[in-house]
Order: sequence, then C-alpha cells, then structure tokens
Amino acid sequence: MHAATRDTSDLVACPTCDAIYHAVTPARGERARCGRCGIVLITPRTGAEARIIALALAVLILTFGALYFPFLTIRAAGVSHSASLLSAAIAFTGGPLFALSLVVLGLIVLVPVSRVILLLYVLIPLSLGRPPARGAKQAFTFADQLKPWSMAEIFAIGCAVALVKVADLADITFGPAFWMFALLTLLVVFQDSLVCRWTIWETLDQEGAA
Amino acid sequence: MSAGPLHELPDTALTARDAGLVGCRRCGRVWPMEDSLCGRCGTPLQSRDPRSLSRVWAFWVAGLIAYIPANLYPMLVTTTLLQETKNTIVGGAIELAQHGNGGVAAIVLIASVVIPIGKFLAIAFLALSVQRQAVEGAHARHRLYEIVEYIGRWSMIDVFVVAILTALVQLNALASIHPGPAAAAFAASVALTMLSAQSFDSRMIWDHMRPTRKAAAARSPEERLT
Repeated sequence: MHAATRDTSDLVACPTCDAIYHAVTPARGERARCGRCGIVLITPRTGAEARIIALALAVLILTFGALYFPFLTIRAAGVSHSASLLSAAIAFTGGPLFALSLVVLGLIVLVPVSRVILLLYVLIPLSLGRPPARGAKQAFTFADQLKPWSMAEIFAIGCAVALVKVADLADITFGPAFWMFALLTLLVVFQDSLVCRWTIWETLDQEGAA
Repeated sequence: MSAGPLHELPDTALTARDAGLVGCRRCGRVWPMEDSLCGRCGTPLQSRDPRSLSRVWAFWVAGLIAYIPANLYPMLVTTTLLQETKNTIVGGAIELAQHGNGGVAAIVLIASVVIPIGKFLAIAFLALSVQRQAVEGAHARHRLYEIVEYIGRWSMIDVFVVAILTALVQLNALASIHPGPAAAAFAASVALTMLSAQSFDSRMIWDHMRPTRKAAAARSPEERLT
C-alpha cells in the first residue's frame, strides 16, 4: 500500500493509538471500537441529531431556570439564607480569590452553556438538510475542545458533599433550582453519549462539499 | 499489508505512521504524511508531537508546585459566635470522620489526596516509560492513561464544595464560611495536571511494540485471525 497513490478518505485513524482502519459504518446499535486500544471510533445512532437538539434545548431552558431560582436554603436558630447557583458560582468574588470565582462560573455555567449553543449551531442546519452554517467546523472543534472543562456533573456531586458537611449545624432545604440542575446534569451526560464525532464530521464534510 | 476492517485488528495493527500517513486526532480522517493541516476539520496534523513530553513535564511540575500550598494553607475558614476555625483539606476530612461522616470523609480524601497524588505518579510513569522506549505493557499503560484522563476532572469537587459552602453558609454573626487561599491553589493544581495529561501524546505508548508485531506476523494468517 502506498500512501501517496491512494485515496485516504475511506480510512479512519484511532486518535489515541494511531491504528488505521477502513471506516465501516457499524450496524444499528453497534459501535466500532479500535481493536488495539478499545476506544470507540464510530457509534452512529438513528435520529441522533434530532435527539441531541431536543436535549440541548431542554438543557438551555433548565440552565436559565437553575440560575434564577433559589438553589439551597439554610436555616439555623431563626436565621435563614438562600443561595442561588449564580451566588455559588461567584462566591469567591470579594477579595483575592476573584479569579477563582470566574473559573468556577466558567466550569459550571459558561462552558456547558457554550457547548450546548455550539452544538445547536452545528446540528440544526444539518437536521434540516441545509448546508452547514458558516464556521460550523470551527464551532464543532471548539465544542469538542471544551468537553473536559464542562464540570456540571462534578458540581452536582459537590453539592451532596457540602450538604452532608452542614447538615449537623443547620436545616437545609432544596429550592426548585436544585432539581433543575440535577436534571440538567443527567441530560448533559446523556446528550454527550449520543454525539458521534465521526458521523458528524462525515456529514459536515459531505454537506460542505455539496 | 493493508488495514483490515475494524473488528479484525489485533495488537499487530498497522498504524498511520507505518503506512506513511498521518491521522487527525480530532476527527479521525487520514492524510498523507506531508500534509500539515487536516483538510476536514482544520486541526494541525502531527504524526507524533515531538514537544509533547516537554509540555507534559512543564505542566506536571507547575501542578505539583501548586499542590503544596493547596495542602498547607486553609481551604475553609469557618467563623461562629465563639471561634474561627481554619481547616486544611486533610484537617477537614479528619473532622468529618470524627463527626461520624466516614463515607464523606473518604470521598473528600479520595478526591483531594489519593486522586491528585495518584495522577502525578501515573503521568510521570507514562512519560518516563515513553522516554525509555518501553515495549512491554502497552495495554496496561493505555488503560492507565484512560483512567487519568477520565478521573482527573473529578478532583475539582473540593473547590466546588468550598464555593457552595461559601455561598450558602452566611448566617450573619451565627456562622459564616469563607474560602482560604488553598482553594485557589488547589483549583490551579487540578487544571495544570489536566493540561499535563492532555499534552501527552498517547500514540507514543504504542510506538515501540514492533517486536510483538514481527512475532505475530511470523505466525500463520489463520492463527492471526483468531
């Protein structure tokens, strides 16, 4: 096999171990894994685009709800205090830890929301059978780069640990935002499991060329 | 030799580099070795990233340095009517355990001590094994890399706990909680080790497996298929 003389468009290279394969779209419900390192290379789902879009819209709506409504309320000896998600995200604002509150706000709100908006921007034209939006490839690349920095689910577990820590000294009640955030976290995880990068890149490529 | 269909490839996999090609790490598309940008997604192409290891070590050292103040300074400052308590990460976990919350103390200790230290060791081990061109245990090392990549983000949990407590526990004179300098140092340490792991070019784990490949190629084709 000589690289220079052949068309490489039917090949797929494993991003973690560099093994190459002929890209064969797996049957419905199956996944193509790298035979050497086991990473999932291709996992197409029927109707994935429409489902990802529906989930993304739900996540956006829940995020605004979760930011606006009270998240947790604490009561002790007649004094009470409510914290919203936004107030937790900017808890470090006063003083030298200001930068840290920007980081927390980014990790639990800005990054997840940006990823959802970027995915909607890429997938809505595709699901309507239109050519990709301008800059769709850059948008999808950026969404992919942001993925490890989206930490909503870690924040959710952090809430549980924090609750146990203060449960002894005060009464805690969950506000509506807490449940919205819990649901949102599950939806984000489910949405990510539906995204097949290979399939989306193939579609972007074909639609862009057409 | 040609690349077989997906489900048929054993350890002896032909790599893009062996075939004189280069694979895009973002979208998986394969290009001739001389291409420098992926024609599909625009990501820069590199068969192996020669500066990968120096970036891994730079972030590793920075992360380790940030981890020291993260453990020495207080993470939480709790002010009640009677006293002001400053808790470091380990101190806070010990207090939780003394109040009978052994399970939560374990979560905090695992997320803030065991995982970060394990990550420093694992990344160093992986980088060193690539540097000394280790042949054996590629599968195990790849597994270790996957675990490091997956679990690294979870160390951020302690920073979020401090953020939630700071926002929530503001009961005027009765009790209030404020973050200590360790919170920022710890967040920086987690982010730097995540960057260190991301800089590692995992394809290098497999690069010195050639002897195995020759051995497998020497076997009969029927044997190779099973």
